[in-house]
Amino acid sequence: MSIIIAFGKFGVSMADSLGAAVRYDGVQKSYDGETLVVKNLNLDIPPGEFLTMLGPSGSGKTTCLMMLAGFEPATHGEIYLNDRPINNVPPHKRGIGMVFQNYALFPHMTVAENLAFPLQVRKIGKSEQQEKVQRALEMVELGSFGNRRPAQLSGGQQQRVAVARALVFEPDLILMDEPLGALDKQLREQMQYEIKHIHENLGVTVVYVTHDQTEALTMSDRVAVFNDGVIQQLSTPDSLYEDPQNSFVAQFIGENNKLNGKVIDVSGSECLVELQDGTKLKADKVNVTNIGDQTTISLRPERVEFDPATDMDNLVKGKIEELIYLGDHIRVRMNVAGNDEFVVKVRNRGEKRSLKNGDIVPIGWARNDCKALDAVV
Amino acid sequence: MSETADQLLTTKDGKPLKAALAKALRRDKLRALALIAPLLIFVLLTFVAPIVDMLFRSVENDIVSETLPRTVIELQDWDAESGVVPGDATYNALHYDLMIAAEKKKHTQLGTRLNYEETGISSAFRKTGRRVDDFGEGYTDQFVALNEAWEAPATWVDLLASPDWVKSQATWAAGDQKATAEPSFVINDTARKALPQTSEIYGAFARTIQVEDQDSPTEEEPWNAVYSALYEDLTANPAAADAFSGANEALLSEAAAAVATFTPVDIKALFVKADKDWGEPSIWQTIKTFAPAYTSGYFLNSVDAQLTADGVQMKPEDERIYLFLFGRTLMLSMAITISCLLLGYPIAFLLAHLPLRTSNLLMILVLLPFWTSLLVRTSAWKVLLQQQGVINDFLVWIGVISDAGRLVMINNQTGTIIAMTHILLPFMILPLFSVMKTISPNYVRAAKSLGATNWTAFWRVYFPQSVPGIGAGAVLAFILSIGYYITPELVGGTSGIFISNRIAYHISSSLNWGLAAALGTMLLAAVMILFLVYDRIVGIDNVKLG
Repeated sequence: MSIIIAFGKFGVSMADSLGAAVRYDGVQKSYDGETLVVKNLNLDIPPGEFLTMLGPSGSGKTTCLMMLAGFEPATHGEIYLNDRPINNVPPHKRGIGMVFQNYALFPHMTVAENLAFPLQVRKIGKSEQQEKVQRALEMVELGSFGNRRPAQLSGGQQQRVAVARALVFEPDLILMDEPLGALDKQLREQMQYEIKHIHENLGVTVVYVTHDQTEALTMSDRVAVFNDGVIQQLSTPDSLYEDPQNSFVAQFIGENNKLNGKVIDVSGSECLVELQDGTKLKADKVNVTNIGDQTTISLRPERVEFDPATDMDNLVKGKIEELIYLGDHIRVRMNVAGNDEFVVKVRNRGEKRSLKNGDIVPIGWARNDCKALDAVV
Repeated sequence: MSETADQLLTTKDGKPLKAALAKALRRDKLRALALIAPLLIFVLLTFVAPIVDMLFRSVENDIVSETLPRTVIELQDWDAESGVVPGDATYNALHYDLMIAAEKKKHTQLGTRLNYEETGISSAFRKTGRRVDDFGEGYTDQFVALNEAWEAPATWVDLLASPDWVKSQATWAAGDQKATAEPSFVINDTARKALPQTSEIYGAFARTIQVEDQDSPTEEEPWNAVYSALYEDLTANPAAADAFSGANEALLSEAAAAVATFTPVDIKALFVKADKDWGEPSIWQTIKTFAPAYTSGYFLNSVDAQLTADGVQMKPEDERIYLFLFGRTLMLSMAITISCLLLGYPIAFLLAHLPLRTSNLLMILVLLPFWTSLLVRTSAWKVLLQQQGVINDFLVWIGVISDAGRLVMINNQTGTIIAMTHILLPFMILPLFSVMKTISPNYVRAAKSLGATNWTAFWRVYFPQSVPGIGAGAVLAFILSIGYYITPELVGGTSGIFISNRIAYHISSSLNWGLAAALGTMLLAAVMILFLVYDRIVGIDNVKLG
């Protein structure tokens, strides 16, 4: 409850501040003049959106963030903040709040001094400073911690101070660079919700960088999946999972079974794929065009059914290789059509199931659960 | 509840937990000790022990009481404030002491030592030392005139030597004399009691000629001082002969009866004749003041004070030098430390923020001075800075200064500061660099993203975090420079020398090791105090070397 009330107070004072709009326009970045780290990035972030840049390390997501913050110049292209080009605006004049990996709290200042810092450099009056600092501290439930040094706080508390510091000068855009990377799992989940709630209450635009897909799916309005300097897919978390646009996204987000084959028939939005061992599967046509194309079929493990109804789109047999008990579900590794990495998740409903290693059992799945994507070698 | 809290924790078999833990850790501790033992022993033997010994010299002063033991005892009853010289007994005591010291050639050392405290004493000792063996001649002549037997060495041996010694000496004399040394002379007990002074001085005589000259008391006529002592013994105790028997008793009885008629020799007059200082109370005051085995004299000297009969006083204005030198050493060291910091900080900053490959290359350049001989570097500065040197020539050539107005940049404080800054710069840069290396660039980025300009971000966020490096570098550079010797010696001239140069002078030229040790101790104490002050202000925990 207290969180909500604190948010409320903070929210009132910021009622007039709406989030900022960000636009990347044909941005390219190279460090060495030989390879492009970011290749022709075009991205529109509407005001108030929580956008996550997700990708493996080296995919260019942090570079994009640093260009927006002003710590790295764009090699080509322009970045707009509220339709104002900011390539030549130095970082301290951009008015962007930023939360760093490992927080970057100034170790020689107390928590309150850390929070007052952005207000001091903006020459805000002493009493107003104190008021804002206190409000920001209360917002992150650290009202009585103002006189502590960052080193005296736990990781989670430091994290909150870092968030409060990025918010205290009321920016309309907040950047977060893997802010939860140093926390343990439980704390990380809790902080995810807190950050999400702060975003919802303040209405600021947040650009969030992470390599953790759970974090991305939990918090974001939209997720931009980066790989190799290019956005592979930009969409809401659910469509990212349900409708991956290519094999990279399908593999990167969630668990995924890969089945390689060749397109032998195309009709409308669906296609027929023949696997290497001759098995024929019906799939959604996503990233293939012509008959004869090599393709990789992507199939989520929880969409596969044991003992399927006979009218299922795809019916095959698989040999159980391994059973792993995971509490809420059972993970079954099978050999299906020559692929022994085929995984099926079975929900644990409490009923006795007579699965045994070595059993050959019929399985099946619907056509629209499997997507024919670009071939992965 | 409270009982369990107070109860001593024990292991299962009832031993106290702490003892069990200590036992378990003992092996590790012993292992650690064994690992450092070689270095520890090496350091103790070659570093700590000599330094402690050296520092001990700053208070050690047994040369007076060892060289003039009788005089020092006599002087105990003399009032130094009285303004008159001590009585004849003291002159007699000094006569014997000086006689022995002169034969062992130790009187000049003592003279040199006391000369630190009062000029002129050295020559008094040297002059007197040359004549002191004639002082008792008057008695010798009178004894010999009384009975020629007193001239014969055998008479003295017969009178004073112990029977055992006579026997072993005879055995030695009969055998191969070169194979072993003559047995050490031993006084007989009768003589020791009846003729105490004579026995003592003769004993000293016998030992001295045995050791110093490899002569035998059986063949050498005793010193005149021995006759002098005999005169005094017989005067004081006319019945001394009764203790002896036979020929000796007769000889001594005769002498005892005669001494009353002897013309006394005025030892004091002879001293004053040898050097008129002996007639002044001041020389005796000095001897008395420095008679104790430990002295504060060196330390007082090292702070321009002196120990006089009236207590501790500052030296006359024109003789003060050490406090001024200490002050100059501190000021120059501070100036050097500050210039090291001003020059080193930007370089360390650059090194810490360049890519690794470039910074490694630059680091080699920073370390280059370490691999060059100190002497070469200092000499290079001589070439550059002298009035006919490269810099002056260049400035004259481009017309900044006239040929007559060449800058004096060496053999003064400027030279010392320039050369020392160059030499100590790496000691400033390295700790700064290693601390700056650990400051994440994210701090400055965070400051900028929060709205700070480049300067504010540096000054309020980066600089405070680099303070531990500044502390470490400054302490290192300051402590090194405060004790530096060779560079000030070479480029400092007279106005740019440090206290350490004075210490070196006393070690190698004036040989006043006590004063050198006292100055060294003062320097060490000054550094320690500064270190403590620094710890109070900055905190030694804040010093990081990496």
